[in-house]
Amino acid sequence: MKIYEKPAAFYDEFSRKGGNVKTTHYCPGCGHGNIHKLIAEALDDMHLTEKTIFVSPVGCSVFGYYYFNTGHFQASHGRAPAVATGIKRANPGSIVISYQGDGDLAAIGTAETLHAANRGENITVIFVNNAIYGMTGGQMAPTTLLGQVTKTTPLGRQEDLHGNPVRMAEIIATLPTAHYVERVMIGDAKDIAQARKAIRKGLQNQIDGKGYSFIEILSPCPTNWGMTPVDAKKWLKEKMTQIFPVGLLKDTTEGQEGKWYRQFADFVPEKTDAYLEQLVDVGHLASLDGVSAPDGLQCKFAGFGGQGILTLGLMFAQLAMRAGSKVSWIPSYGPEMRGGTANCSVNIAQKRIGSPLAETPNLLVVMNQPSLEAFEASMQPGGLLIYDSSIVEKAPQRKDIRVVGLKASDMATELGNSKVANVILLGAIIAALDLYPIEFVKESLKGIIKKKALIDINLEALIKGYEMAARR
Amino acid sequence: MSDENLTAPYMEVDAELCKGCLMCIGVCPKKVIEQSKKLNSASYHPVYYAGQGCLGCGMCFYACPEPGAIRVVKP
Ligand code: SF4
Ligand code: SF4
Ligand code: SF4
Repeated sequence: MKIYEKPAAFYDEFSRKGGNVKTTHYCPGCGHGNIHKLIAEALDDMHLTEKTIFVSPVGCSVFGYYYFNTGHFQASHGRAPAVATGIKRANPGSIVISYQGDGDLAAIGTAETLHAANRGENITVIFVNNAIYGMTGGQMAPTTLLGQVTKTTPLGRQEDLHGNPVRMAEIIATLPTAHYVERVMIGDAKDIAQARKAIRKGLQNQIDGKGYSFIEILSPCPTNWGMTPVDAKKWLKEKMTQIFPVGLLKDTTEGQEGKWYRQFADFVPEKTDAYLEQLVDVGHLASLDGVSAPDGLQCKFAGFGGQGILTLGLMFAQLAMRAGSKVSWIPSYGPEMRGGTANCSVNIAQKRIGSPLAETPNLLVVMNQPSLEAFEASMQPGGLLIYDSSIVEKAPQRKDIRVVGLKASDMATELGNSKVANVILLGAIIAALDLYPIEFVKESLKGIIKKKALIDINLEALIKGYEMAARR
Repeated sequence: MSDENLTAPYMEVDAELCKGCLMCIGVCPKKVIEQSKKLNSASYHPVYYAGQGCLGCGMCFYACPEPGAIRVVKP
């Protein structure tokens, strides 16, 4: 006995939707419902519901989470393939579906779409092309046909004014890393059967680790096309397929590969970790004796651009990296290259770092007054604040933090190079936190500083700051 | 009708879930689906199975956009 009925991958009731919780929010004759059904049925038959994470776009299908009893993420407009990339890479065992309409995928999200395909991410992209913006009320979409009347092309889309419809499947098929690209349609029974096959194939490719699958599905939008559902089907089959012919565009398992292509997309964390390991330059290490990897440091370095504040953060991060910690360094600066304010965030931990931001630092190093005012309040109680008292005139106010002020810029000028104020501060940080033996820092700096002629003056500055702070 | 003792295939429509789009009628090879003159509570004219002749091919099920509107049983 064969029974065709509502697939189990759907919720029994769409209780998040409200109203009639047994029907979708889609208009009569809308292709989204058919495509949802084909996906849900495939999830059932392939036993994927439990490990699927569905990423919905912005558009009529924004409410995917009303319907599918899977994991879910609702991405901001156009960003679904980027979000799907992150989800898939972080959870390589999951099945990730990026479900998007034409406005989402081919207008605002074109960049994300092309680059996810070009990286060959191991995800399945379902592209619902109905040649119009549905949710917002029928404006011209990138895929609107020439001559097609929409709210924003009341006289029909014109090539000279509006450009031509964009054929995403064809564009994506040119990318060597796109594994499987097919265009299907929600037309008559045979067409739907082909769409059903394509969706399953796209999911199977992901299970097999083949990489990026792109299934474009021509789908009726009777409401915004201004037609009955029956006429909309006719228009789809007669008109849309002229510009968007259905069929297989690319399948590298079937021997249609381009010049080069990748058989597998294995972006597993182990692989990316191994890649990062290769980048870690731990050369020039004198000895790791007595050096332990620091942990739990959330640091902010802030000052004027040109003071070497970003370099200071970078050196501090590099030291920790050489000591065996995981580190992140991320700069943030205004448009001016010199003179504007600049800051960087550094995280140092023994475990992998999730976010590179340092919103509540326990180490704050400032080289000008505005930076002190901007960041002092955000510090964790008990944290360390080091500032250049040659420049910062108004001392810090907080009583629940440790404060070390030293005239780094004046001292640097005395040493004969005003540029080494940052390294004086570095010495002070090392001493105040009692982080590393000074010999380790000296040896490491020799490797970190690229201009050999500057090594001596920098080491001198380092010791100066170190001794100054050690005395306090 | 109990599905165990079934001899002929049939389809059924939940009239309250049907949106009257007629996609099912368009694909049915046996033309055994008809539209009601009555309205359901969402103001759609739902379709219904004419009562005999269904092949159990499932085409109407796939053509229907509503997840739960159509059920087809083929013994
Ligand atoms: S507006 Fe178009 S795409 Fe959106 S639900 Fe209605 S028919 Fe479907
Ligand atoms: S199962 Fe096939 S024959 Fe039966 S009503 Fe549906 S489309 Fe018609
Ligand atoms: S396709 Fe589904 S919603 Fe449309 S008329 Fe048939 S049963 Fe009703």
